[in-house]
Amino acid sequence: MGLVQGAIVSEEVIRTRIWHEEPEPDNPFAAKTAYCHGYDVYGDMLGRARWSEMVYLLFRGEAPAPAEADLLETLAVALANPGPRDPSVHAAMCGGTCGSPAASSLMAALAVGAGNLSGGREVLAAMEGWEACGTDLEAWRGRFANPPQTAISVWPASEHPPGFDPHGMAAATPVLQALERLATLSPGPRLAWLARHRPQLEALAGCPLAFSGVAAAAFADLGMATEAGEMLYLLLRLPGAAAHALEQRGYGHKKFPFFSIEFDMAGEAS
Amino acid sequence: MNRATRGPQVLSEHVGSLKSRVGGFVPGSHVAFRGCDLHGELKDMEWLALYVFGITGRRFSAAQVRLVNAIWSYTSYPDARLWNNRVAALAGSARSTGNLGMSAALAVSEASIYGRGIDIRAIEFLLGARRCEEAGGSLEDYARTELAARRSIAGYGRPLTSVDERIAPILALARELGLADGDHLRLAYRIEEMLLSGRWRLKLNYAGVVAALCADLGFSRREYYLFSFPAFLAGMAPCYLDAVERPEGTLFPVPCRMVRYEGVAPRTWHPASRDAA
Repeated sequence: MGLVQGAIVSEEVIRTRIWHEEPEPDNPFAAKTAYCHGYDVYGDMLGRARWSEMVYLLFRGEAPAPAEADLLETLAVALANPGPRDPSVHAAMCGGTCGSPAASSLMAALAVGAGNLSGGREVLAAMEGWEACGTDLEAWRGRFANPPQTAISVWPASEHPPGFDPHGMAAATPVLQALERLATLSPGPRLAWLARHRPQLEALAGCPLAFSGVAAAAFADLGMATEAGEMLYLLLRLPGAAAHALEQRGYGHKKFPFFSIEFDMAGEAS
Repeated sequence: MNRATRGPQVLSEHVGSLKSRVGGFVPGSHVAFRGCDLHGELKDMEWLALYVFGITGRRFSAAQVRLVNAIWSYTSYPDARLWNNRVAALAGSARSTGNLGMSAALAVSEASIYGRGIDIRAIEFLLGARRCEEAGGSLEDYARTELAARRSIAGYGRPLTSVDERIAPILALARELGLADGDHLRLAYRIEEMLLSGRWRLKLNYAGVVAALCADLGFSRREYYLFSFPAFLAGMAPCYLDAVERPEGTLFPVPCRMVRYEGVAPRTWHPASRDAA
């Protein structure tokens, strides 16, 4: 790579298996055609492909079967808005209410919604569970009893079984509604198995199923790699964060909670 | 389920109020910063000393602050080819805000091959090596286990070149300040000696040196990780500025020929669902 000083006549290229562009004859920086995994996006797909089909194509490299597109589309609706109580949306609203740039609200939602509690990292960890255990209840029993050791990394250690809600009493109604609907649509085995064995899994986990657990099963049924599931979960939860950020911009910071403060002993100035 | 930390009752106990161990502000009165008055007791503290105090709750000597200041300075490269700096510069070229560009650049600095992902592994490796030795274990076994598990040892080797230009100046400063004699730094070099003499051929790099220096200052893994957060920041602002002051879109423009397509051949879209329905 070109780390030498001075001008570089670069032969370096960006490699991709996803996207192929052919230039306009008069401008090498303007694309005349754009192919996504071989499909002509603007000449063939546009107006005929659904958004969920495009997203599936980008991540899997193949067009989805109708059932897969329906599952992804329905999952996208289920995840579109975690609602204003969700920490990631709360973060986005902190940007919106004080007039921060639009991108900062989405960055805030992504950062807060990335972690081990209801976030992208939790979905990745839950999908690793599906990779390891599949639809084998005994395997899940072993995994809950002896969770895999995670290497030291920038992520704080997980404090609850991934895909389950540490603060829940029972699976929330929307979680159950989403699971039921998605299980009827899924061409894969995991969502339906999860719906059948949810009580046993919750007993093993010690807490109820969460949206992240449903999403992980859905991504696994869609054949997504764990890292793709993490990315898609981050992506699909952004619409609500954006809408709520914009709404709070309209309300303004005086109508947004600031909260009181209680100092523990060391926190207060002497 | 651990009822002390889980369940709706725990959440209910925290509704509507911030419980703070680190401080806060009382409007019109004062600001508490880890038990101190920010505008009183701490008013003359240098920003970096305050930053480290905020992370650790401990106060550091002038020599120690000078060293940690240099740890950041020596790795602040205003070179927009570097992946994180490039994000800041691309933001400038695309006429985004400097704050967004540099925030994103700092976020991507949490990489697995450099920056925070390496920093936290590097200090954990050294802290673990010390624990291993203290328990009578073998350093060679410890290193071999790490290599088997992670296929690399953070703090050893470098992604771009084998020579690290930052090491000599930081060690010279550490020696000048009397901070180059710590157990972790010595241990880091003993490990290097072992890794060079074996088949691994791995040299101690800057991340390893500064992790050792900071471990010798008493930083925990998480303290060191948070301390390192702005390490590249000083190099990012110039990258943004240089790009925003040039004609828009001229940073690393990519003509179609510079994208090498390695995927499947053109094919016809067969609408999967809507047309079939």
